[in-house]
Amino acid sequence: MSGVSDIYQEVILDHNKKPRNYKVVKDANHYCHGVNPLCGDDYHVFVKTTPEGVIDDIGFQGEGCAISKASASMMTSNVKGKPISEATEAICHFIELITRDCLEEKKEAMGSLMAFEGVRKFPVRVKCAALAWRALEKALKNESIKDKPSENELMISTE
Amino acid sequence: MAMAVSDKKNEKKVKEDFPLLWRQMNGQPLVYLDNAATTQKPLSVINRITEFYKNEYATVHRGVYALSQDSTIECELVRDKCRGFLNASMKEEIVFVRGATEAINLVVSTYGEEHVGAGDEVIITTIEHHANLVPWQQLCERKKAILQVVPVNDRGELDMTAYEKLLSNKTKIVAVGHVSNALGTINPVEEITQLAHTVGAKVLIDGAQAVPHLSVDVQKINCDFYVFSSHKVYGPTGIGVLFGKKAILEKMKPYQYGGDMIESVRFEKTTFAQVPQKFEAGTPAIAEIVGLGAAITYLELLGYEWIQRHEGDLLAYGTQQLQKVKDLRIIGTAKNKASVISFVLGHIHAHDIGSILDQCGIAIRAGHHCAQPTMKRFGVPATVRASFAVYNTHEDIDKLIQGLKRVQEVFA
Repeated sequence: MSGVSDIYQEVILDHNKKPRNYKVVKDANHYCHGVNPLCGDDYHVFVKTTPEGVIDDIGFQGEGCAISKASASMMTSNVKGKPISEATEAICHFIELITRDCLEEKKEAMGSLMAFEGVRKFPVRVKCAALAWRALEKALKNESIKDKPSENELMISTE
Repeated sequence: MAMAVSDKKNEKKVKEDFPLLWRQMNGQPLVYLDNAATTQKPLSVINRITEFYKNEYATVHRGVYALSQDSTIECELVRDKCRGFLNASMKEEIVFVRGATEAINLVVSTYGEEHVGAGDEVIITTIEHHANLVPWQQLCERKKAILQVVPVNDRGELDMTAYEKLLSNKTKIVAVGHVSNALGTINPVEEITQLAHTVGAKVLIDGAQAVPHLSVDVQKINCDFYVFSSHKVYGPTGIGVLFGKKAILEKMKPYQYGGDMIESVRFEKTTFAQVPQKFEAGTPAIAEIVGLGAAITYLELLGYEWIQRHEGDLLAYGTQQLQKVKDLRIIGTAKNKASVISFVLGHIHAHDIGSILDQCGIAIRAGHHCAQPTMKRFGVPATVRASFAVYNTHEDIDKLIQGLKRVQEVFA
């Protein structure tokens, strides 16, 4: 049963229990709704960037499995304060990490996100880990800002 | 045939009939509890298909040579076996299709297309599998008809008073699952049918989840259509059965056109074969039909009396043991239930539970079970579902409980 700890590492369980940046960013200028219809993972990602293109604030809301929630939480911590170009690069590196073997030097830059390396052994869970990152990618491309729900619409509790 | 069912009381002997269950998963002995999705195959079915391909295979219904004639006879014997299996009155009422989904689509696009019009109503229930929901919903959209949905109570049982109120002379079709795949509820299909007939509606019963667990009698139910898939009753994939009352089938237009379903073809006009061949265009899944026959033989040897007693024991034991697990809530607690248990465990997501159980060698289903409206009704995004088959044992349930304890340790 060693496989269990490959995927459910301490840091992942911690972020699942206490997700960081779990909030609506009221004045967000980037937004995307990410859904995984197969398992029902469902997240809203809000990003506020400065005129210079730096991620000033980021938040997420929604419900899903531990992998998807921890991944979303750690993503927000990772990209906050980064220029959009660096965040986009981080997205690529993360997707690479969970889908194939990547170079050692890239791994070093990943920091605590390395906890998701084990997800590769669970192909059906790759989508869970990737969900928020794919949503951020879309949000940064500004594809769906018009769909951003009002704060009231997001007051739904799924507990 | 490797028959180990002489000692019917011994559940472990039945398990020995299923070679796949001898293997491991993730280094642990396999505990297979996803039987509502699909069942494993006994050696007798696997061997029968192999033997058929090795020694008996040829096309059906057209060859003048002995091999083809024997192949035809074999398939027609299985048709009669299916008739007996459902207790239909004649074998012409048994149409071979790819599975329950195709059977429902066949009825929707022939009978439904012809008899449902603007303002008419089709009744389904809250707890249908998407296969018995989406085809009717799309038909209603096309025809500007109304899809009515029978609600369920908190135990997952149909509200029969509400059902009676929904019935009217506008009701053309009532389509109901015999057993809910997500909750295990056994619906009162005889009563549903009798009430529908009082307003002149036709009734389709989706038996995909019923035939593995219950002895079905379509004459007693008196439904107009009954459908099931072979792969959920220990037979091969790609084959299933549509039962339809002969008088209704005869009036229905063909579903697909091509070879095998015609009587004569001229460029000016084609006349069609009699039922059931009218609905069986193209070369059928011949070896799969033969495999289904072997699966029914296997079930007959076990006997539904034993099956229902054994699965009833597993359901009672499983329910009792699961209820002891802290923070576990069973979804679907109907009085009349098949051996399916859906549940949620505290705030732990079903997929996380599924992944950890997988590492313990336990295969369960985690998700919405192709029944999203059912999940919505019970206010959960997904559940974990353990469904028991003839080869499951009390030990399998003990291992599931141990696995769930491991899940709770990880998420403590």
